[in-house]
Amino acid sequence: MSTTSIDLQPHGGGHGHEGQDPHFQHHFTTMEQQFDTSKIGMWLFLATEILLFGGLFVGFGLMQGRYPREFVEAHTYLQRSLGALNTIVLLVSSWTMVMAVHSARTNQRKKTVMFLAFTIVCACIFLGVKYFEYSAKFEEGLLPAKYYWHKENSIPACPAGPATATPTIPGCTHGYATFFAFYFMMTGLHGIHIVVGIALLTWIMLRANKGEFSGAYYTPVDLVGLYWHIVDMIWIYLFPLYYLIS
Amino acid sequence: MSTHNEHTPTHAAVPAGAHHEHDISHDPGLYLRTLIALLILTVITVAAAGVHFGSGTANVVIALTIATIKASLVALFFMHLAHDKPVNAIIGVGGFIFLGLFMLFTFLDVGSRVPLLPNNMPAMAQPTPTPTTLNPLLTPPPAPLAPAPSATGAAGGAAAGAEGEHK
Repeated sequence: MSTTSIDLQPHGGGHGHEGQDPHFQHHFTTMEQQFDTSKIGMWLFLATEILLFGGLFVGFGLMQGRYPREFVEAHTYLQRSLGALNTIVLLVSSWTMVMAVHSARTNQRKKTVMFLAFTIVCACIFLGVKYFEYSAKFEEGLLPAKYYWHKENSIPACPAGPATATPTIPGCTHGYATFFAFYFMMTGLHGIHIVVGIALLTWIMLRANKGEFSGAYYTPVDLVGLYWHIVDMIWIYLFPLYYLIS
Repeated sequence: MSTHNEHTPTHAAVPAGAHHEHDISHDPGLYLRTLIALLILTVITVAAAGVHFGSGTANVVIALTIATIKASLVALFFMHLAHDKPVNAIIGVGGFIFLGLFMLFTFLDVGSRVPLLPNNMPAMAQPTPTPTTLNPLLTPPPAPLAPAPSATGAAGGAAAGAEGEHK
């Protein structure tokens, strides 16, 4: 704690022992240390996100090994063009996000709000496309596990016993049902992350609009940005695995 | 720790976590170039999916390699890891390392198993198809399961299906 700064400015309210920035919390030595600490915390959270989705990717890989034929066939029910469109939408939204962080850092309030709004629009487009994809799958009966009814042959055609033995049995849909269980679980969890992202983006957009962020304090924008980029990164892996492999 | 300089009002506008970094890390041009590279890679990965590279495994490897390049670009430039303090990169890469361990041992386990379920017993009598592939992630078409689908797919009959059942 430097005592010199107290001479420069009187005590601000709240935690502001430095009397400089109302966002400064007294248990940190400097604003920079406070910023770095928040960032480390965010990265620790992102590491848990990697592991959360990683577990699902491992499960997907295992089941693809078990039902190679069904998984490849089930891929063809997903519309590649819609997947590619969503990929582009998310990549562009990542760019607008990083531009929002940049604008906040360089004290450009209007630009910050504009880029955040554009990011939210992209997120909504993504969800809209996903809605069309999901409703088409619902109508065709391409549903997870026991709810799957797309093929005339349904699950009763599979023999009793461990599912391991079923991959080559005609009419048994274990493989397809498993594929769509993973599809809905992974893209659904990713979609929930998008919804949470929209809420976070709206929150910081409103704060940015009030002029709460500046080059001296833009931590929330930066951290939401990191979250948004990891959501984009997860989709970068989901897209080829679900839409492209054939 | 703080020096007198950092707390003078003239420095108030200096970004809290950034004044030690190079300007290049916050260059909007860099962000735009990153976006363009990502979009080009997306086009490449879609185009590559239409080409058959010998085996399904090769296609998977190519698709995941391109995805990893894209993810690295996002992490390095959009998430600032290229110019950030190393501790953040250590945490992020650490997440991927532990995920790699998880994948490695899971697929080592699965890949080294001999099918012992009753339905697979006839398959064990044949000497050829023993799954010894230890490649994680590359499980889909290799040795043991690949011949069976084609056989049943071609014949399509119930008899062929019944045989395939023993795989």
